[in-house]
Amino acid sequence: MSRLAMPPSDPATLARRDRIIADLQAIVPGEGVVENENAMRAFETDGLTAYRQLPLAVVLPATTAEVSRVLRYCRDNGVRVVPRGSGTSLSGGALPVEDAVLLVMSRFNRILEIDYDNRVVVVQPGVTNLGITQAVEGEGFYYAPDPSSQIACSIGGNVAENSGGVHCLKYGLTANNVLGVEMVLMDGEVIRLGGSHLDSEGYDLLGLVTGSEGLLGVVTEVTVRILRRPEAARALLIGFPSSEAGGRCVADVIAGGMIPGGMEMMDGPAIRAAEDFVHAGYPLDCDALLIVELDGPVVEIDHLVDKVEAIAYANGATSCRISKSEEERLAFWAGRKAAFPAVGRISPDYYCMDGTIPRGRLPEVLGRMREMSGRYGLGVANVFHAGDGNLHPLILYDANKPGELDKAEAFGADILRLCVEVGGVLTGEHGVGVEKRDLMPVMFNDEDLNQQMRVKCAFDPQQLLNPGKVFPQLHRCAELGRMHIHRGQLPFPELERF
Amino acid sequence: MTIFTPSTEAEILNVVRWAAGEEQPLEIVGHASKRSVGRPMQTAHTLDLSGLSGVTLYEPEELVLSARAGTPLAEIEALLAERGQQLAFEPMDYRPLLGLRGPPASEAKLKGGTENSGPPASEAKLKGGTENSGPPASEAKLKGGTENSGPPASEAKLKGETEKSGPPASEAKLKGGTIGAVLAANLSGPRRIKAGAARDHILGVRFVSGRGELVKSGGRVVKNVTGYDLSKGMSGSWGTLGVLTEVTFKVLPAAEVETTLVLRGLSDEDAARAMSVAIGSAGDVSSAAHLPVMSAGKVLAGALGGEPATLLRLEGVAPSVKWRAAHLKDLLKKSVRMIDEIKEKESRRLWREIRDVIPFADGRSNPVWRVSMAPSQGWKMLDALRRHAAADAFYDWQGGLIWIWMAHEADAAALRTMISKFGGGHATLVRAPEAVRAAVPVFEPQPPALAALTRRLKNEFDPRGILNPGRMVPVLG
Repeated sequence: MSRLAMPPSDPATLARRDRIIADLQAIVPGEGVVENENAMRAFETDGLTAYRQLPLAVVLPATTAEVSRVLRYCRDNGVRVVPRGSGTSLSGGALPVEDAVLLVMSRFNRILEIDYDNRVVVVQPGVTNLGITQAVEGEGFYYAPDPSSQIACSIGGNVAENSGGVHCLKYGLTANNVLGVEMVLMDGEVIRLGGSHLDSEGYDLLGLVTGSEGLLGVVTEVTVRILRRPEAARALLIGFPSSEAGGRCVADVIAGGMIPGGMEMMDGPAIRAAEDFVHAGYPLDCDALLIVELDGPVVEIDHLVDKVEAIAYANGATSCRISKSEEERLAFWAGRKAAFPAVGRISPDYYCMDGTIPRGRLPEVLGRMREMSGRYGLGVANVFHAGDGNLHPLILYDANKPGELDKAEAFGADILRLCVEVGGVLTGEHGVGVEKRDLMPVMFNDEDLNQQMRVKCAFDPQQLLNPGKVFPQLHRCAELGRMHIHRGQLPFPELERF
Repeated sequence: MTIFTPSTEAEILNVVRWAAGEEQPLEIVGHASKRSVGRPMQTAHTLDLSGLSGVTLYEPEELVLSARAGTPLAEIEALLAERGQQLAFEPMDYRPLLGLRGPPASEAKLKGGTENSGPPASEAKLKGGTENSGPPASEAKLKGGTENSGPPASEAKLKGETEKSGPPASEAKLKGGTIGAVLAANLSGPRRIKAGAARDHILGVRFVSGRGELVKSGGRVVKNVTGYDLSKGMSGSWGTLGVLTEVTFKVLPAAEVETTLVLRGLSDEDAARAMSVAIGSAGDVSSAAHLPVMSAGKVLAGALGGEPATLLRLEGVAPSVKWRAAHLKDLLKKSVRMIDEIKEKESRRLWREIRDVIPFADGRSNPVWRVSMAPSQGWKMLDALRRHAAADAFYDWQGGLIWIWMAHEADAAALRTMISKFGGGHATLVRAPEAVRAAVPVFEPQPPALAALTRRLKNEFDPRGILNPGRMVPVLG
């Protein structure tokens, strides 16, 4: 973590550690507080494993009342708090801070209510994303957002990160599938946003909270909507001689009025790594591989499969296989889903990036990425949520070679700057966290960032929640609230007034 | 009283900075078509955004459209229809309900994209509306404030109409609301249950905060979690947090065909059950509404006749819609006496009339509520409410959106008590005489901790309280 500066620790808090732990034990009795170094090691990092830090202490509350009391205690005593779900963040969103209590929500693991009439499920935030689907699939329902970590990641973490997945062009992100939350503010107040009904009665606080990366409050209950599982799904596995051709095919599918359930693209290095690993039967003579998945009634799928196939060949596809069975469809996906570990086999380490670009700029972005790859002397493989422009370049490096991690990070930052330059954004689904924090000014100017920080001030005026994340520089709320007054002439003095 | 009619972002910045400096409250309006929604305000000045108009980016293959906030919604819908696309959340038009004259209910928007077969796949990208190009908003910003003189006085539009008079009929089509207001009011329509509301489709915004600062958030790509989602923060804020200058929406292909199944003669309770079964099935229902007998007689010029109608909309490619219609008929045949089908143009007209609350577009001003709650609870709440108040109502969103027409008083306390008793939700008094809107909380009152958070958020965007003060909650002290 060479270049990453975290907020300076407060020596007074560190000096009071024993007292703070004793006070927390009084709030969360039993084994609710973890304080010894060995036990805390389990929490020192998240999915961004290059960064590690032991927290001041780990607290595992079991009830909303306990969360409320812990937060109020920390607020009253000026102690910082880092919330954590399952710890799968790829951007360091749950990275501990030396002088902060790590608030782990894993004991909130119950499904509270399943309401098929209204198609909503009420869960505690520690329930896994996949756990929701598993609870309702017997009745033919599922929860649509499916981040690749869905077996482990918690729904509370999904709310914090506004998690996506491979189906979000058609079915939306977490923000479009969460109807309500109960959350605790840093001052211990418990509020409810939304519920089993649609839309907000006032400001869209639920919209602001979703994707706020644990900086605004701690979610203690989540209401999600569930959908009827489509009758069937089929996939096309299409090889193209170039990413340009694959990109044109994607554009033509959409221009033809279709929104497939999923559209995923892989470039040459990713295809070969995946095929070597899982032997999914991917064609190796192509430079871009596109998976298009169509879901719905069988008659609809049959109708659309023909249209997509025709579009593929019109764009120069060199091969096009259409799944004939559920096994074959899953085999098409097996390579894509194993792309990350597959790349892990061909390189000692890899660094996964997450920019989004306007889809039409894909060939240019891939070309410039290849050029950067040459300049940095590091390989790169690409997997790409083609429908929505979300790019996951995997930068190959060896952490044991001095300086390679730094090079990989610099390469990654260059890729993200390029994404912004072509009209895209720094992160499509992994979040800013600590990882992209210092790149925020590439996308936002001071006025943009200050207004975002003022939202934080409304929720957490002392800025105690999840410090060091998202914002490159956190200004004091009093300073952000100051107004520079422009006294002066009435604009448009020539206008009539009456 | 001054009416500002800026045509650039820089001019808006100037006006708001001046207003902030002088603590002069501003009423923010687009076409003023929803002006009477909310609490009455005391504002000395009006900031009219209808001159800040024009589509700045439209790339059909990227499913994205940006427009200046004052761009007429109708212009955007027409542009999208040319390419077989639409705003999937089908923003409603408040004018009929509020007694403002709009285009004739039948034909105006029927040209929509659903009849187009979509553009040829090979056609090049259409970038930006060439006719309304003008400087992109980002360049406008660079111009700074001083050189802008604004439109000459003779062109300054006077928008002093009272809420009852409405715009002249000849202008009606131009006054159907702006794209900025679509977000500010978080509009949606019957497809809300499947496709979401404006909040679910907004990708990026530019706005001037009450601090007089130009802020941008989000972007132009559909998948983006970079920083706080201030775009969603602006949704449903009714102009109280910032003055939107440009919005970017996700757009989607319009369905190839559309049909509506009409289940006849169901009680509210049976209709709720049938809609739940239908939406939970493989029928992929995109809208579900229930019109009790009074309302059923007021749509499609009375063509639904004299019994309740429960409506299920199916959209998509032809073979799929055909299969799903058959599937649903089979599923529901045991519990429903008769199922009719209304297709294509008539179906689209029907859903537009439901969207725009035509059953209660009676030219009167007695109270109309818009209530959102869990679908299974809606009819129960209404049944209980009717023991206290004379009310007519119909249901959209599977029964979760209830439009309630009150014969006499607003009965806010009784209504809100019932909603809370039946699982919670919220009620907005979307139509009522000004005196009633001044006396009754138009938007759902919040519990103390949430109300305090709302006030803090407002203060962070508009510390001097100059943007639509009092429209959503009373101005304190």
